[in-house]
Amino acid sequence: MKVVVVGAGPAGVRAVEQLVRSGLSPTWLDEAADGGGRIYQRPPAGFRRDARALYGFEATRAAALHATFDALAPRTDWRPGTLAWHIRPQARRLYAMQDGAQQEIGYDALLLCTGAMDRVIPLPGWTRPGAATLGAAQIALKAQGCAIGRRVAFLGTGPLLWLAAYQYARAGVEVAAVLDTTRFAGKLAAAPGLWHAPATLATGLYYTAWLRARRLPVTEGIVPLAIEGDADGVTGLRWRDSAGRDRATQCDAVAMGWGLKPEAQLADLAGLPFDFDALQHNWVPRRDAAGRAPVPGIYLAGDGAGIAGAEVAEIAGARAALALLEDAGQGVDAALVTHLDRALRRQARFRAALDRAFPFPSALAAGLADDTILCRCEAITAGELRAAAAEESALVPAPEVNRAKAYSRVGMGRCQGRVCGPAGAEVLAAALGCTVAEVGRLRGQPPVKPIPITAMERVAG
Amino acid sequence: MRLHRLLDQDRPEIRFRLDGAEMTARQGDTLLTAILAAGGGWLRRSEFGDGNRAGFCLMGACQDCWVTVEGLGRRRACGTLLAPGMEVRRG
Repeated sequence: MKVVVVGAGPAGVRAVEQLVRSGLSPTWLDEAADGGGRIYQRPPAGFRRDARALYGFEATRAAALHATFDALAPRTDWRPGTLAWHIRPQARRLYAMQDGAQQEIGYDALLLCTGAMDRVIPLPGWTRPGAATLGAAQIALKAQGCAIGRRVAFLGTGPLLWLAAYQYARAGVEVAAVLDTTRFAGKLAAAPGLWHAPATLATGLYYTAWLRARRLPVTEGIVPLAIEGDADGVTGLRWRDSAGRDRATQCDAVAMGWGLKPEAQLADLAGLPFDFDALQHNWVPRRDAAGRAPVPGIYLAGDGAGIAGAEVAEIAGARAALALLEDAGQGVDAALVTHLDRALRRQARFRAALDRAFPFPSALAAGLADDTILCRCEAITAGELRAAAAEESALVPAPEVNRAKAYSRVGMGRCQGRVCGPAGAEVLAAALGCTVAEVGRLRGQPPVKPIPITAMERVAG
Repeated sequence: MRLHRLLDQDRPEIRFRLDGAEMTARQGDTLLTAILAAGGGWLRRSEFGDGNRAGFCLMGACQDCWVTVEGLGRRRACGTLLAPGMEVRRG
């Protein structure tokens, strides 16, 4: 049986572990040069910090995952630096590119562990050099030992906001402000459901307590107004506090993010249906609790199959691999399956509480000013998207995001709407007076990331 | 924008060229780190006239950090390791 696994983060590593244990040697791809995923990204050779310095409370988990990856990679057809860019599900073929060379890989079963990225809400000035995602701020520090600025403001909501601010403060960077768009975020973080994962909760509470104990400027319930700057980049952030007063923070960088969204373009190309998960406020590819997709031969695990975090990704990766093996008629450890299923159910209760505590602030996105750049690929404004939905438009008003994309080009740029998609959907839904689920989701197109045109010709031929 | 080198910076220096100018970086730097820590300030100019860009996501998703490397073509600066003597051009 030919098995292909895309992704070597927490889900991919634990999936491959089960496959190898069953005597398989899967083909294993990741765009990165190394295993670990974005959360446990390892610096290139020559960096010396140990796991404790790199991953903090997660050091043990990260080190264990890396050790497993290191042991597995030589026992598989491991292909680092490889972009999977297309799937033809009927032919069961995956198309990839490594070092500029094309690969066409046939499979009997394909396990997608494609991870997540930050979910952002645009604001004036967010394209300036110095504005970055929370994930970007973390990667700069973790994988390169650098801070995105000398005096950094952190903007958004959710556990990643506090974690990134904590990591920067610990590294000696001046934290100009931690600005949470959720009111009473700290209080909500202790909501009853969160006790389903006490260790994770304790860690989260530790970060907030640490920030407050050092009198770092943490403010909740704010409305971001604009990132200001000059020719050299960011110079400040303007925002409104919960009492309605306009405030300004001087900083040379802004790290921003409102939770995560699945990187699910390959699942889309594999022909999977998607459902709008109202609680996490994301479109997620359909799968059963074990990770089986409704398309034969396709399995999903990790944040790419719905945001649940790294700990769940490890469990889900193992569980999806066992589902794959079961479906192939191989015997699996029934006790392990039961154990994993129980762990996934417990974690789901925690996740639901977390999503309730830090809801995506739809109104903030829906209310973007007409002249704010929404699509950073092509500098298209929120007003241009609204025009696509307007009755006075020369064309029939766009009833959903793909038509609006055809009219306005929002989502047609080189990132394929990865960045502007969530906010764009809110803008369009508000303009049409319907729900964000009703305006649909941007369809994925091959290649899922830009590749040289010569690569496409070879496949077509 | 300027990246600030904080931790793990005792790596060997390597040289590269940015738009023809000689620059110094460290072994293990990505192109993004090399350029923005050396004071380059930005990575690309928006084709739509709204100013300079310096990447955004650092994880290969946003496609806003493209630069051109002589002999290699367009690369994402966030995911490409710098090699000694690279000729990097910004667009």
